[in-house]
Amino acid sequence: MAGNTINVTLKVWRQADKNARGAFASYSVKNISTDASFLEMLDVVNTGLEKEDKDPIVFDHDCREGICGMCGAVVNGVAHGPQSATTLCQLHMRKFKDGETIVLEPWRSAAFPVIKDLAVDRTAFDRIIEAGGFISVKTGQAPDAHAVAVPKIKADAAMDAASCIGCGACVAACPNASASLFTAAKVTQFAKLPQGDPERRSRVVAMVDQMDHEGFGSCSKHYECEAACPKEIKVENITNMNREYMRALVTRD
Amino acid sequence: MLDAKIPDGPMAEKWTRHKFNMKLVNPANKRKFNVIVVGTGLAGASAAASLSEMGYHVKSFCFQDSPRRAHSIAAQGGINAAKNYPNDGDSVHRLFYDTVKGGDYRSREANVHRLAEVSVNIIDQCVAQGVPFAREYGGYLDNRSFGGAQVSRTFYARGQTGQQLLLGAYSALMKESARGNVELFTRREMLDLIVVEGRTVGIVTRNLITGQIESHTADAVILATGGYGNVFYLSTNAMGSNVTAAWRAHRRGAYFANPCYTQIHPTCIPVHGDFQSKLTLMSESLRNDGRIWVPRNEGDTRRPSEIPEEERNYYLEEKYPSFGNLVPRDVASRNAKEWCDKGFGVGATKTAVYLDFRDAIARDGEDTIRAKYGNLFDMYERIVDDNPYQTPMMIYPAVHYTMGGLWVDYNLMSNLDGLHVLGEANFSDHGANRLGASALMQGLADGYFVIPYTLGDYIAKAGPAGIGTDHPEVKRVEEEVAGRIDKLVNSKGKKTVDEFHRELGLIMWDKCGMARNEAGLKEALQKIPELRAEFHENVNVTGSPGTFNQVLERAGRVSDFLEFSEVMVRDALHRGESCGGHFREESQTDEGEAKRNDDEYCHVSAWEFNGVDKEPTLHKEPLTFEEVALTQRSYK
Repeated sequence: MAGNTINVTLKVWRQADKNARGAFASYSVKNISTDASFLEMLDVVNTGLEKEDKDPIVFDHDCREGICGMCGAVVNGVAHGPQSATTLCQLHMRKFKDGETIVLEPWRSAAFPVIKDLAVDRTAFDRIIEAGGFISVKTGQAPDAHAVAVPKIKADAAMDAASCIGCGACVAACPNASASLFTAAKVTQFAKLPQGDPERRSRVVAMVDQMDHEGFGSCSKHYECEAACPKEIKVENITNMNREYMRALVTRD
Repeated sequence: MLDAKIPDGPMAEKWTRHKFNMKLVNPANKRKFNVIVVGTGLAGASAAASLSEMGYHVKSFCFQDSPRRAHSIAAQGGINAAKNYPNDGDSVHRLFYDTVKGGDYRSREANVHRLAEVSVNIIDQCVAQGVPFAREYGGYLDNRSFGGAQVSRTFYARGQTGQQLLLGAYSALMKESARGNVELFTRREMLDLIVVEGRTVGIVTRNLITGQIESHTADAVILATGGYGNVFYLSTNAMGSNVTAAWRAHRRGAYFANPCYTQIHPTCIPVHGDFQSKLTLMSESLRNDGRIWVPRNEGDTRRPSEIPEEERNYYLEEKYPSFGNLVPRDVASRNAKEWCDKGFGVGATKTAVYLDFRDAIARDGEDTIRAKYGNLFDMYERIVDDNPYQTPMMIYPAVHYTMGGLWVDYNLMSNLDGLHVLGEANFSDHGANRLGASALMQGLADGYFVIPYTLGDYIAKAGPAGIGTDHPEVKRVEEEVAGRIDKLVNSKGKKTVDEFHRELGLIMWDKCGMARNEAGLKEALQKIPELRAEFHENVNVTGSPGTFNQVLERAGRVSDFLEFSEVMVRDALHRGESCGGHFREESQTDEGEAKRNDDEYCHVSAWEFNGVDKEPTLHKEPLTFEEVALTQRSYK
């Protein structure tokens, strides 16, 4: 906790709305504490813009502790920036050098249209979940929680997959803008658990079809998604999803 | 006189009897009724999904881009339930007893008993939804002790329990959305409540992308809009968490209960700079293995590793030998503040205490500690740039949760007909202090297992509201909302919204935080109206209202905090006792411990709005304790 400060130049994508033409704008950021988070640095820039009565940079964010999945931008070409397993809100300025130029862009994908500046529309993810990312149990129907034992190894694997925060970095990082990692994580979580078994086949087919329908690309195994994922979701989930999909094509629920 | 509508009969039978006595809505008729649910956290998402499953048509609103982002997602530690799977003596009665005692006898017994009863159903429901709770090798669920409990009744999913429970509720919500029975309205902020002839019939929202003002009417409205911790500016809440929905309902007549009850969480990363936008919680499950201490010598500047054992003051272990580091949150927070105020704090700002894992690592090995808390240690290191496996964490209390909220009766309905309030947004279950792992329990209890019953009873008795969005009152409220927005964007002052928010936060933390006194509270009552007046003259809201304008969003929220904070301070001033984490300096024992005053303050304070610059009217709901005898809490 050295309490140092640095100066950086920001090149930020500014776009007034969905249909506007965007362009980069430059901002000089002086004396920013290395203990500040990346979003706190953006707060400082925005305060400066507000003081000049200019429109501040719009960016999505909420919990600022790396779990809500609301924040995210491409920093110097890398989704969520240079620190692995870290969301943009948990990235700190100590990871940058004095005098550095930082290029900041929104997630780029046809399925994630830009709303304004760095904020994008990720409702396609909600629609993939709507297609089958649930277990059809109504409130009150559940048996006692201990009615079915779940092997620890399967519960842990389900938890690994379930830790996805739905931020969209996997799509932003993928050369094909594929949503395979996001979709596969949810498919895998339920495929590992006995509770997910009754809808196992219809679920994977519906979710994959919806993913294609939204205009996300296909997976061609670049593995950029895994590298960008702040929760370290593994590409094995995609292999698993493909296996589940193939199995679903030859058998039915 | 406030009527809490607590059912008759013995405590353990009230809820069962009440359910039987309720009126039912015929299954074929449910689809004719519309329900608005504001908020998609644990309470809101579970309520919206459950009501839709029953057949009601539901409109669900959130200000985030997806219902999955609601701040319940950030809860780390766990969820309590009286399952007694570990066979260690837990029961519904014990969970009920612990919660009433933990709340320092300022919660409503009947509500708490119901909460303990339905806690067991929550775990069943979540497991069936595919929530991957931690399990033992035999395949059964693992439990841990949490936050001052002497039984292991807490279920957890690594350090991400809130996330997993919320994603479970969200998946149920999306299942109903896919069926077309829930309509989702994301990136919408509720800015007002519509009340026609005493009945709540709808809300006015702003589309945060287009700026459009929209109205929605229904047969009942449910607010599940969370707490108001961000009145302090710095808190562990999400940046967007706000009081606006609750405050706007209050301005339309809903009473605000116990607004001064806020929870200060003992284990947060300390404040470190002026630019700081929020505080980060470290789950209190860390107190199961971490030992809290400060140096015995005042102003000791040595590194913690250089301070020998005999010069370390493990003050919680010494003062509370039976609970040690696991005392309830309020006790742990107050003691940390006390030692820092006395000059024994550590770190650059001297407002921190150590949370040390050295002994736990020596006992269990680093791998075991990593398996339990790895994600928390990583988060700490990312923020502070220090390795907690090698050097103790530094922690300090921070605002985390608000026990106060809109007043509700046993049916979770406010004093406004048709307005129901769930989760953190209501006041009833946690009294003056919430126990760890109880917030998730309450949010899901309200949404899955209480409101589906009580809302049916309301609808069966009240019938359809029959108000459309063309009703003159709807148009009038829409115009009021538009007028407020115009006023904000036209003030064209010199200061930013955040500058006002920070100033308000400092007043609240200094005068209405963990320790309060009459003089300080009266000073706050002077300063807040001045700051509010300055805000409306001198705030600068850039951009136009018809666009995606985050400055305008914040301006509206801060404007409401500037009004709300005043009733919070008034409530603190009225409550001339120490209770829960609220240390009223005038009310302490000879040993300097908190002193409750049951003769004068064993009541819920429910405030009625009379106008922004007018004093609110206080209504008291007396609290009676049939099952848990009123005693001074002691954790020694």
